[in-house]
Amino acid sequence: MSLLFATTPDGAGRYIDWILNGLVWTLSLAFGAWAIALVVGTLVGVTRTLKSGIWPRLGRVYVETFRNIPLLVQMFFWYFVLPEILPQRIGLAIKQMDPPWGSFVPALICLGLFTAARIAEQVRAGVQALPAGQSAAASALGFGRAGLYRLILLPQAFRIILPTLTNEFMTIFKNTSVALTIGLVELTATAREINENTFRTFEAYGVVTLVYLVIALLAWSLMYWVERAMQLPSLVSGSARK
Amino acid sequence: MNVDLSAITSVVPFLLSGLLFTIQITLVGVAGGIVFGSGLAVARLSNNRLLSAFATAYINVMRSIPLIMVIFWVFFLVPWAIGWLTNGGRPVAVGASLTIYVTFVLFEAAYYAEIVRAGFRSISAGQYAACEALGLSKLNAYIYILFPQAIRNVLPILLTQTIILFQDTSLVYVISATDLLGAATKIAQRDGRLVEMYLIVGVIYFLFCYAASQFVKRLQGRLAYGVRG
Repeated sequence: MSLLFATTPDGAGRYIDWILNGLVWTLSLAFGAWAIALVVGTLVGVTRTLKSGIWPRLGRVYVETFRNIPLLVQMFFWYFVLPEILPQRIGLAIKQMDPPWGSFVPALICLGLFTAARIAEQVRAGVQALPAGQSAAASALGFGRAGLYRLILLPQAFRIILPTLTNEFMTIFKNTSVALTIGLVELTATAREINENTFRTFEAYGVVTLVYLVIALLAWSLMYWVERAMQLPSLVSGSARK
Repeated sequence: MNVDLSAITSVVPFLLSGLLFTIQITLVGVAGGIVFGSGLAVARLSNNRLLSAFATAYINVMRSIPLIMVIFWVFFLVPWAIGWLTNGGRPVAVGASLTIYVTFVLFEAAYYAEIVRAGFRSISAGQYAACEALGLSKLNAYIYILFPQAIRNVLPILLTQTIILFQDTSLVYVISATDLLGAATKIAQRDGRLVEMYLIVGVIYFLFCYAASQFVKRLQGRLAYGVRG
């Protein structure tokens, strides 16, 4: 573990600073993309539950597109392809963003929209799991469509899908490592850099693997607590608990 | 930016060889992953506490770290491991494809294990008791009675995981292997044709995964009919 406190080749700090820096980028990417994914995913998921019109079809196209192309290919699309097919002035502006923003922003958009497709499917499943009486009762009480979703359906649907959302958050956290392919020095890339600088492979990868494990453990405990706190007695099977 | 489609036709053979490797990784990953994963699932459900603890730890650790991390680990651990076994401790040079196969079997087994375990838990307790009453050995009970039912119950999830595995193979890019995406990247960099190559690769992945996911959806509908209590 002496590796952590050894001075880095640039002389500016210790390797543990590199790891903390990588961790900050990993977490920023995970939480930022998670916010995008929740908003877009909920909207797309809602369109998938509408009965008629163009919206359900657009929602389906969105989900199928983002779910059936590997994340890495999508990452390359946002990073390499998009600046080329946009008007030249905008494309150039994107390419000239300072590092690490030049890789962080495409990674953020990519990961957010990719995960949104998966969340959309869960939101749809959650809404469809509710008894039809809920919508009928809301209509009878004079709720419009917006109010129906915002106040009646979505709050219940989210409670149903909370466990799968936890899973999804763990997935997005692990998927941030894909951003190293477009040059973002997040946690995994940090391990690789330390290895290249010191050739102390086991320690470099070992420490970073431990960091991943600790965060996974924290996330699971936190979400376990949130799940318990958000439960509605009526939605718990065999509702004796609590 | 003009998109030049003729850039694609001349490189089709190379892309196809990449696609072939992608499919090979997927097949090895599925076969090895399901076999090893089923072993893990049985171990996790076993009454032997040591065995069960090992399987649980293995599954949870693998599921907590990114695949890219596992690819890096195996990439430098396999030469050491083989060296210990055959060469008196000195690392041996190993081809990229072997490390990739090992990676995907080890990694996907953790995910398949959880799916198979869910399958075992969906079988009614009477089945286990009946096996015992009939005097079947544990091994035979699993092979002939429990495993076939478990797999049938979780088949759609198993196939969905396989589609994810197929997409995940693209990550071997990080050790410069020549799978479909790797082949496209090499051509793209040689010819300066990033846009065409990445678009065509995206379309190929999409067609495969879309077809497979539609198949899973239909299978799900058909399996729902024959469910026995």
